[in-house]
Amino acid sequence: MKFRDRWRRVVSILMMTVCFLSVVIALVPLAFILFFVVTRGIGAIDLDFFTQTPKPHGEVGGGMANAMLGTLIVTGLGGLFAVPVGILAGIYVAENNRSRFASLVRFSADTLNGVPSIVVGLFVYALVVLPMKQFTALAGGVALGVMMIPIVMRTTEELLRLVPSSLREGALALGATRGRATFSVVVPSALPGILTGVMLALARIAGETAPLLFTALNNHYWSTSLVQPIATLTVQVYTYATAPYEDLHRQAWAGALVLVALVLGCSILARLATRRLERMHVGGH
Amino acid sequence: MARPKTSAGDWLFQKGTGFFALVIVLIAAAIAVILWQRSLPSIEKFGLGFWSTDHWDPVAGNFGARPFIWGTLYSSLLALLMAGPLALGIAVFLSELCPHRLRQPLVFLTELLAAIPSIVYGLWGIFVLVPAIRSFESSLPDVIRATPFFHGPPLGVGMFAAAVVLAIMVVPFSSAVAREVLKAVPAAQREGAYALGATRWEATKVALYYTRVGIVGAIMLGLGRALGETMAVTMVIGNTPQVSLSLMAPQYTMAAVMANEFPEATSTLHISALVEIGLVLFVVTLGVNALSRLLIWSMTRRRAEPVIVAPLVPEEKTA
Repeated sequence: MKFRDRWRRVVSILMMTVCFLSVVIALVPLAFILFFVVTRGIGAIDLDFFTQTPKPHGEVGGGMANAMLGTLIVTGLGGLFAVPVGILAGIYVAENNRSRFASLVRFSADTLNGVPSIVVGLFVYALVVLPMKQFTALAGGVALGVMMIPIVMRTTEELLRLVPSSLREGALALGATRGRATFSVVVPSALPGILTGVMLALARIAGETAPLLFTALNNHYWSTSLVQPIATLTVQVYTYATAPYEDLHRQAWAGALVLVALVLGCSILARLATRRLERMHVGGH
Repeated sequence: MARPKTSAGDWLFQKGTGFFALVIVLIAAAIAVILWQRSLPSIEKFGLGFWSTDHWDPVAGNFGARPFIWGTLYSSLLALLMAGPLALGIAVFLSELCPHRLRQPLVFLTELLAAIPSIVYGLWGIFVLVPAIRSFESSLPDVIRATPFFHGPPLGVGMFAAAVVLAIMVVPFSSAVAREVLKAVPAAQREGAYALGATRWEATKVALYYTRVGIVGAIMLGLGRALGETMAVTMVIGNTPQVSLSLMAPQYTMAAVMANEFPEATSTLHISALVEIGLVLFVVTLGVNALSRLLIWSMTRRRAEPVIVAPLVPEEKTA
């Protein structure tokens, strides 16, 4: 039996190595992507990139300043739609945890969360673009809002559940109504976490391309109008990457670097914030 | 539970927050209704033939979507073949083996993979992955090139590039859920295995067996992601509508055809045909996601059970 035991041990070590290797294999593409985005992006970023609008096709130079502004506008609009709906619906679901309607809301949010982003684009095209007969920044904002709502709702709900029930009970014992207890005691104590979640969600939708393709479309010029097509970083990177000009490819990498820096920055910030929150919560008990 | 005091303010609070909750339900319902409405012309004209014919010609007004369905299913399946085992390995390593100090940073890094925008994957795919795959494909020996899986000229763009990018993108989702599911294994299971003299791998096998339903759910969740992924796939799959087993052949997916043709579609029938593809993609991902959530939930729910036992354990008393 000795041989068998040794064999079992060998198999065990082997399989554990395989598991370790799978982590390595998954991180290799991450390293590769970050490496290429940084090296090719850095070389392409200059002042023009942040201050100029695109040059006509075929000409060298120009930048993505209008696209960056566009991303800010469209993402901001998305947040404007999604944050109130998401947070208030999250409060409702957390407060009425067991009701049937809350389950339906949760199911709908999960459904929305799983809808392919391109389908969200189709939906908003039919809902906003067709009646307005125009691709608009507004439509892009609605599309991003639809994508963001379920994330904000779920984050809010989960964080509200983490609030110790003694806090709410204390408020109720002092004679507060349910609404009062929720809004002046429970929500404020979960608010830092919720805001962190909102920031992460904003970073995520800022990186979306597919829902903007036929809602916000694209624009070569400065535009801050909500009822005109607008350029965004992601759509611009897509157009440039698939265009046949070397200089546009260079700018596409620069755009990708800005996007990755944005997402990375937000993720790291959010992580630091959550760690601090966790420490606060542990200290509080 | 005693009912707390209610008042007019409470009524407003309840209805007010309830209204916003209702908005979410309405949006989800509106997506289904609007997509259905807009695809009616195409549904009426082509019926089920839409899904079984290959001819896609917007100019002639002929629409058969079989190549897109094929491309979506084939690319997602290939991606899962690569991503599934990988995600499982990562989940096992992070939840069973990883030194405590390394765990948080590694979890963060794998999650970062999910945070990178899909357009960046696409850009990397076009300019880095595709050339690499092209030289790999042209270096394949003729014996392999003769098989139907590697038939055709080495273009670089095509099914294999799409599947690789999809696999990379899906791994973090599946592994995160698989990790959650593995957490649901009661300590007694593992302890029991070790007490019987099991090696680490054998104890892990017990845990994996115990959570098999949830693991399937985790991988299905990845499938849901892969089916709907648009940008990265559009940029590397080659966008050629054909049904082919070959990994080297450029093909097309449902999401990609919408992204490419919708902005330029003018005829009602063309738009309607594209929306019908969207409708089916919506329904399929909805089904896959719902099923996977059900499987995952049936697993993680069990973790709640010991909580009922918890009050029996005497609580620590502070002096």
